[in-house]
Amino acid sequence: MEMPQPDQSILNRKNMIVEKLHSVLPADAVIHDPAETRAYECDGLAAYKCPPLCAVLPATTEEVAAVLKICHAEGIPVVPRGSGTSLAGGAMPTADSVILGVARLNQVIETNYPDRTITVQSGRTNLSVTGAVETDGFFYAPDPSSQLACAIAGNIAMNSGGAHCLKYGVTTNNLHGVKMVMMDGTIVDIGGAHLDAGGLDLLGVICGSEGQLGVVTEATLRILHKPEGALPVLMGFDSAEVAGECVSDIIKAGVLPVAIEYMDKLCIEVCEDFAKAGYPLCEALLIVEVEGSELEIEEQLSKIKAIAQTHNPVELREANDADEAARIWLGRKSAFGAMGQINDYMCLDGTIPVSELPFVLRRIGELSKEYGLDVGNVFHAGDGNMHPLILFDANTPGQLETCEALGAEILKLCVEVGGCLTGEHGVGIEKRDLMNAQYTDADLEAQMQVKDVFDPNWLLNPAKVFPLKDSETRRAAA
Amino acid sequence: MIEPKTEAELAEALKSANGPLRISGGGTRDYGRPVQGEVISTSKLSGITLYEPGALTIVAQAGTPVSEIEAELAKNNQRLAFEPMDHRAILGQEGSPTIGGVIAANVSGPRRISVGAARDFLLGVRFVDGEGKIIKNGGRVMKNVTGYDLVKLMAGSFGTLGILTEVSLKVMPADETAATLILNGLDVEQAVAAMSSALGSPYDVTGAAHIPASGHTVVRIEGFEKSVAYRTEKLTQHLSAIGTAEIISGDAHDLLWQDVRDAKALSGAEGDIWRVSVKPSDGPAVIQAVNPTSYLMDWGGGLIWMETPSGTDVRALIPDIAGHSTLIKASPAIRSEIATFQPEPKPLALISNELRSKFDPRGILNPGLMS
Ligand SMILES: Cc1cc2nc3c(=O)[nH]c(=O)nc-3n(C[C@H](O)[C@H](O)[C@H](O)COP(=O)(O)OP(=O)(O)OC[C@H]3O[C@@H](n4cnc5c(N)ncnc54)[C@H](O)[C@@H]3O)c2cc1C
Repeated sequence: MEMPQPDQSILNRKNMIVEKLHSVLPADAVIHDPAETRAYECDGLAAYKCPPLCAVLPATTEEVAAVLKICHAEGIPVVPRGSGTSLAGGAMPTADSVILGVARLNQVIETNYPDRTITVQSGRTNLSVTGAVETDGFFYAPDPSSQLACAIAGNIAMNSGGAHCLKYGVTTNNLHGVKMVMMDGTIVDIGGAHLDAGGLDLLGVICGSEGQLGVVTEATLRILHKPEGALPVLMGFDSAEVAGECVSDIIKAGVLPVAIEYMDKLCIEVCEDFAKAGYPLCEALLIVEVEGSELEIEEQLSKIKAIAQTHNPVELREANDADEAARIWLGRKSAFGAMGQINDYMCLDGTIPVSELPFVLRRIGELSKEYGLDVGNVFHAGDGNMHPLILFDANTPGQLETCEALGAEILKLCVEVGGCLTGEHGVGIEKRDLMNAQYTDADLEAQMQVKDVFDPNWLLNPAKVFPLKDSETRRAAA
Repeated sequence: MIEPKTEAELAEALKSANGPLRISGGGTRDYGRPVQGEVISTSKLSGITLYEPGALTIVAQAGTPVSEIEAELAKNNQRLAFEPMDHRAILGQEGSPTIGGVIAANVSGPRRISVGAARDFLLGVRFVDGEGKIIKNGGRVMKNVTGYDLVKLMAGSFGTLGILTEVSLKVMPADETAATLILNGLDVEQAVAAMSSALGSPYDVTGAAHIPASGHTVVRIEGFEKSVAYRTEKLTQHLSAIGTAEIISGDAHDLLWQDVRDAKALSGAEGDIWRVSVKPSDGPAVIQAVNPTSYLMDWGGGLIWMETPSGTDVRALIPDIAGHSTLIKASPAIRSEIATFQPEPKPLALISNELRSKFDPRGILNPGLMS
């Protein structure tokens, strides 16, 4: 992965910079010993590593502002970091950058049930937001699989999704407001507990901006009352086409499940070996989950089952109790872990129009043969967000490169059929240089203009999102 | 009036424009600071370009009438779930609302409280910026985090960043049936408490409004037949400490929500009309501080439509309540005097201004409208 040359003059000034940072932060909040900065050398995209100049762990918004003022004055790139679970290299440092970690900003500031909002510091983990309200019957809806670890800060930066976003939407649909520090240290409040923007929707563009517009320190989120219950059904089909038609028919019938998950044969087999969930070994498997009271669940499931029957499923399994429900989810939830057991894998994240599902799956199969690497498919079928998993062996020279090339082909395929490069993981460094496949120069210029406004010197997370050659002059001017 | 027939023509028109332009879709939402300039209309950029019911997506040119889209969706038992309001009831303008206008003004209705606003259903846009450059962002798939979300930025930008030429939207299945609980005679505090309690229940409320004109506080439930019956009963019990609910459904129910959506209660207003967005629990304080001639509350109390004596600056009466107020209807003279859009704090105003000057360096697109 190509990264910009580190600025030698910054590397030379390391001691002075560390000293300045020490002047505004407690001693244990500045990490500069090379043995310790290695903890920040990568995120969830572990194939690429580079230790930062140093890392800071501020505990208040004011400390964040003080750090940014120093970096702004010194012209030092800053890479904001939540929990470092990004799969796109969004939080990967450069050697001349300061990692600004928000892990110590983890408090709940206000819980407001009458208005159904919670305000938290941004380093709080996704799951512990729900944890703060769940005894009162509420939850925070977006639920990335990494929710135990990932921070709200990272969720906002990546506009993360989750298994239940078919019904509840992704982060941007559940975010009411943020407190953010601009690169020059200015603290701004955008949005709040009320709905919609009074002027331009700045919150809308901050969410999903991958840490390039400002450092988010607090967030006001929408919370909802938990549904009375939820139940999945599992169905197996002997072709991807039929499974795809079934998904489309369910949606057309007006049933809106909270989740429709898809697994192909390779994934089913691997997951069965690993989790023994008792899945049928068929070509395509769907897990459809609905919510509500018992009566409502029954009403929805009966419609879904009737639709499934018209497609001659090889298996149609209901859960009669919580235990059986957990077994249906078991294999799906362990999919990534199971894959990791047998191989190194690269997880792609393109989205396609659901009508293109059969074609894209077939094409992926062909590409997989061409490149000689297996690809498993497990994804959110209701919204077309695919997760092709390319299996490779990192110890075999050249396989990572072959895997990357195959990944690029698959993502371009997603774009060609009317979809996009990434549905929820973000561009980061991973898909940065593929952006030209989806966007024209004018499209990219319009986005870079927005960064020019928020961060004129391109100091925040500068080498991400945009193809290096497109952002070169702007970064050089810094 | 300039009426481009294609996106390319529109781009040419913007390149060669040499003065301010007033952008018009259906011309039914003429609010904000009055804009001087030649009218440029999207009405000839019309038509649905793609509709995939199984994928819940529709793509249409910006000038497509909303009614055409709604009719097409209805054939497949689908709809725009954000329930865009029709401003004609309070503004009295002629013309037919376009989908581009809905998006440019981020217009939503009662269901916004549960499913989200117009911006939440907008999957992609094509637009022409102030220099005549054609730009696209987003696409037509449900999940897309590829690059910055200019889709959200364009929604509610009232043409000041660019003229929309095409929008793609997520659509939703229409519900099989619906019912509304009506509570009678609650004062504003009780009404907001009742609505908060309903919205904070597990019964999936999709509308909560307080209509002082009729004395009604109304809570809507939608879905499949049995489910609606079940939740209606549960919610009636849930609210029984506050009052006894009457239940309606059918045409009267639909009309009721159409009236809430369009703020019909204020259609005869002789004074000015303001639209205020606050957190619901601040709603009663707003009413107390402003003491409006008449009002209507939607979104559980968080959206307040108010009629005030002409020339009242509502913002001055609620300086400490977080949120935003928009002057929707007033004479052009008053709309030139009182800021029509909520003034932003300085650093944010700076960002907004700079964004506008990047996208429209000559300042020709609806100049000053959002002020
Ligand atoms: C096993 C596994 C499963 C996953 N499942 C999902 C899934 O289901 N859905 C999904 O969407 N993603 C998923 N992810 C990806 C990842 O968890 C998300 O992108 C998550 O939101 C990242 O959060 P984080 O706190 O770890 O952020 P980081 O990785 O630390 O950073 C992510 C980005 O956010 C920026 N950032 C961090 N903090 C701030 C801040 N305070 N202000 C501004 N910008 C900031 C960073 O610069 C970086 O660009 C998964 C990852 C793993 C490892």
